[in-house]
Amino acid sequence: MQCPKCRAQMHTYNRNGVQIEQCSGCRGIFLDYGELEALTRLESQWSQPAPPAPPAPQAYPAAPAPAAPAWGAPHHGGHYGHKRHKSFGHMLFSS
Amino acid sequence: MTPTLAAQLTRTAEEAAHAHRPACPCHDTGTLADRPDATVVRHAETVAKAHPPGTDHTELTLRLATASTLPDVLLPPLKATPAELHDRLVTFWPYGDPVDPRTPDTAPWAAAATLLARLHLHPPLPRTPPMRGPAKAARAVERLRATEPGSTATTPVLQAWQALPAWARGEAAPPEDGTLCHGDFHLGQLVRNPAPHDDWRLIDVDDLGTGTPTWDLARPAAWYACGLLPPEDWTRFLTAYREAGGPAVPPHGDPWPALDIPARALTVQTAATALTKAARAARPLDEVEQSLIDACARMAATPPELTCESAT
Repeated sequence: MQCPKCRAQMHTYNRNGVQIEQCSGCRGIFLDYGELEALTRLESQWSQPAPPAPPAPQAYPAAPAPAAPAWGAPHHGGHYGHKRHKSFGHMLFSS
Repeated sequence: MTPTLAAQLTRTAEEAAHAHRPACPCHDTGTLADRPDATVVRHAETVAKAHPPGTDHTELTLRLATASTLPDVLLPPLKATPAELHDRLVTFWPYGDPVDPRTPDTAPWAAAATLLARLHLHPPLPRTPPMRGPAKAARAVERLRATEPGSTATTPVLQAWQALPAWARGEAAPPEDGTLCHGDFHLGQLVRNPAPHDDWRLIDVDDLGTGTPTWDLARPAAWYACGLLPPEDWTRFLTAYREAGGPAVPPHGDPWPALDIPARALTVQTAATALTKAARAARPLDEVEQSLIDACARMAATPPELTCESAT
């Protein structure tokens, strides 16, 4: 898409599962509906002080999705079950 | 009538097994793989592999030497030099059980990553040939060009390929080429080491050599990027690699600046192979194959040179 401010090409990046468009000219950032809230939510998860004295060893908290490249598939962290079995069966076993 | 290669190789495997163990029970015999580039047969605990036509004797012998030197990483061969069967080179290996393709939950991601890290940390033997990953990707793209040059799905794959730097297309030396690499890692390249060890080992030394170690992480990275590998499996693989001191990615932080180029190349290679196979079988792409083509199409919007910037 084109930057609404300077008309240069915008590139899509994936930050923690949120798709962000950044302008290759003025470096401005475009967020779709709900993406600012998604980012704010992620930020608060990181910056929140630890809850008082967490009980001894516990399972991993629901961590944000690991980093992915800008060209990665959208909807990371979605459902993998069906596709997973299908791809596991053939794709992950051949050159 | 000339017996098929598989039939001749079966006899070769039997001879090798009986030389090793005269009272052979002769159970578990059969063909494990029979493709144009490789035929693999088993006789009891012995496996014989016919390597691709045109395989270089000296290079294969050097690759076998590496496998013999690193028995805690690579399955060691039974014989140090290849035998000849007409125009094919044949190597002999102990049989090991492969990963079960029906049970994704038990896939040994961490063990695989630890083995790759150990391989990457090992200094290459003198005269080790180059790793052949990029050359293999280039061949897959050549086959696609020859089979399906004009289809709409081919265009984004070829465009993504052209946008890659020359080293990733096998046309120039890689930026970092002193590391021992497997060159063609996927889950079919792991077997259980025969007892008494019973842990995983890497197999298939055909593409092994010195090169850029990120290539060996790039296939799982590509599967994860294309939405085919769940985040938890990717995290398990990457974490185990880092914990084992693997040198391909920095120990902390975003690994994608290091992984981006080879992961793009492996996505293109896998997409090209899938398209060629589908075209030859005159069938449509399935959902998994389509997700690779889609990833190639998205690459056009984010050229490799911008990726480092996006990762900061």
